[in-house]
Amino acid sequence: MADIILKTENLGISFGGLKAVSEVNLEIKKKQLYGLVGPNGAGKTTIFNILTGVYKPTTGKVFLDGEDITGKTQMVINHKGIARTFQNIRLFNNMTVIRNVLVGLHDQPEFKCSLIDSMLRLPRHFKVEKAMRAKAKEILRVVGLEEERNFLSCNLPYGKQRKLEIARALATNPKLLLLDEPAAGMNPNETAELMTIVRRIRDEFDMTVLLIEHDMKFVSGLCDEVTVLNFGTVLAQGTAEQALNDPEVIRAYIGG
Amino acid sequence: MANKLTNIKWKHYVNYIAVAIVTVVFGALAFAGALPSSALYLLEKIAISIILAVSLSMVVGFLGELSLGHAGFMCVGAYLGGKASVILEPMLKGVPAGKEIALVISLIVGGVVAALFGIVIGLPALRLKGDYLAIVTLAFGEIVRSVFMNTSSESFGGALGLSTPRYNKSILFIIAFVLVLVCLAVTQNLIRSKHGRAITAIRDNEIAARATGINVTKYKLAVFTISSLFAGVAGVLYSYSNYNVQSSKFSYNYSIEILVMVVLGGMGSINGSIIAATLITYLDNTLQTVLTGDLAVLQDLLYALILIVIVIYNNAPALKNFRDRFNLQSVLKRKFDPNHQHDDEAKWDRVPTKIAMNEILSVDVQPQMSTLDPDKKEGV
Repeated sequence: MADIILKTENLGISFGGLKAVSEVNLEIKKKQLYGLVGPNGAGKTTIFNILTGVYKPTTGKVFLDGEDITGKTQMVINHKGIARTFQNIRLFNNMTVIRNVLVGLHDQPEFKCSLIDSMLRLPRHFKVEKAMRAKAKEILRVVGLEEERNFLSCNLPYGKQRKLEIARALATNPKLLLLDEPAAGMNPNETAELMTIVRRIRDEFDMTVLLIEHDMKFVSGLCDEVTVLNFGTVLAQGTAEQALNDPEVIRAYIGG
Repeated sequence: MANKLTNIKWKHYVNYIAVAIVTVVFGALAFAGALPSSALYLLEKIAISIILAVSLSMVVGFLGELSLGHAGFMCVGAYLGGKASVILEPMLKGVPAGKEIALVISLIVGGVVAALFGIVIGLPALRLKGDYLAIVTLAFGEIVRSVFMNTSSESFGGALGLSTPRYNKSILFIIAFVLVLVCLAVTQNLIRSKHGRAITAIRDNEIAARATGINVTKYKLAVFTISSLFAGVAGVLYSYSNYNVQSSKFSYNYSIEILVMVVLGGMGSINGSIIAATLITYLDNTLQTVLTGDLAVLQDLLYALILIVIVIYNNAPALKNFRDRFNLQSVLKRKFDPNHQHDDEAKWDRVPTKIAMNEILSVDVQPQMSTLDPDKKEGV
């Protein structure tokens, strides 16, 4: 089907004898907000790492927009259209907020500018720099960081650092945005704000979002569809309400 | 017009202007015959050190990789460029401006060959990180040195060294400073562009840089190559300035000396590297005349001491307050703008908190608690 943006077939990875993930089949439709939940150690972040090319899967295949991207390098996968944020924030700490976003814009085809162009300060360099700054400001406006754009990113409060990571991922103009625990460590106000931002990103950029989250209010309030993982296998799949009320899922989370 | 002048970021061009002024002033003095040959030699040495320090600061300060083989690349440039000038000198004897042509060609040869070595070493070595890369580059420097040491006297002079042609001393240092300007232009234009941002992104967080789609290998290799190119150019200048290239000069100690310049100047600061290179070269020169004989050992000790003091000064938490209050920037700011307050001087208790307690706890705090007036606190 044409409107399926990401499809994994029988995805699995094992580290030595440990099967971290096995037989995961995901189908994410365009403009969907898709949730990936599960207890600690269920393999959620491992799936993110497979999708973005950090790990190569031992079995199975990943298709982005119908194209096989299994085993490609992180850079290639990013250029094909998957961007991610990290569970533990990984910003470029010694750079200002806007520069973090500018790094994200680095490989966009409309901002192409060779090393020679920059070293000789040809007109192209100045044109590209100006256009990049305008674009970066626009992205920062969407996530609500325009005011702080000249701050060092390490001086931002935690919630804003998370938003900046999303902005940087957005800047690479992805088809699919992977958010690894975007609401972790946020207070309820910030979480609510983040929900509107994620929705706005979906609408304004026609983005598909796959997110990992432990905050069930966040997941059920936001996601159209949810996959629940436990011990690397799929436990339940369906709409948020269905999946989260599944007795198996409740048992996995609460025990019993 | 005036508007245009104020729009220029003068801060970005200060170092070009400073180097140009130094060149013009000393150039005029040299033509007037006011400078002794020892001063000219010192100026050449300073220019060479600046090129080396600025090019190494690209790798260490901006890319964040530790390279201990910078003298090795310089050695390659010095020998190959020196050899090229030795071959070219008799060929271009009758040609007008033959010496200049020979100089230019040998600069290109030395730079390009060193850059090629940079690529060859960089391709495998840049897959390594931190200490391992340092060890590989260190080994490279030592290998290059001992290879040239053991060449025959016809090829590269072996242990006796390679004798290279002489050049007009009062012009050579001007050429050297022009090359400093070229090196500065290339480095700064690279750093102050989208490519520079990508390079510093790799330094700050390589994993995130990869995930953001930065071609990490390409940029590491590019920086390493450009840096070794300028090391090679500095080597050729060295061969012209000393008439003789001896491989013992390019030992491990020299690589460390360049690294000290970069660290002393502050990682990631090109102006700092320039100042530190100038100071250390000057200090080196004066110490050589003061500390003779057995005392010569003290010179190496001095570098070690400087390095230790700088590292402690920059990183010790106990000195943080001192650093914040007495760095040049804040001293100047206080002098010209007495009302200025440094960011970190703001007290914690003065930071206004907008978030109420019940929002942080995400539970409904008991009603009498939330309506509690801070003034009535004592009554409760």
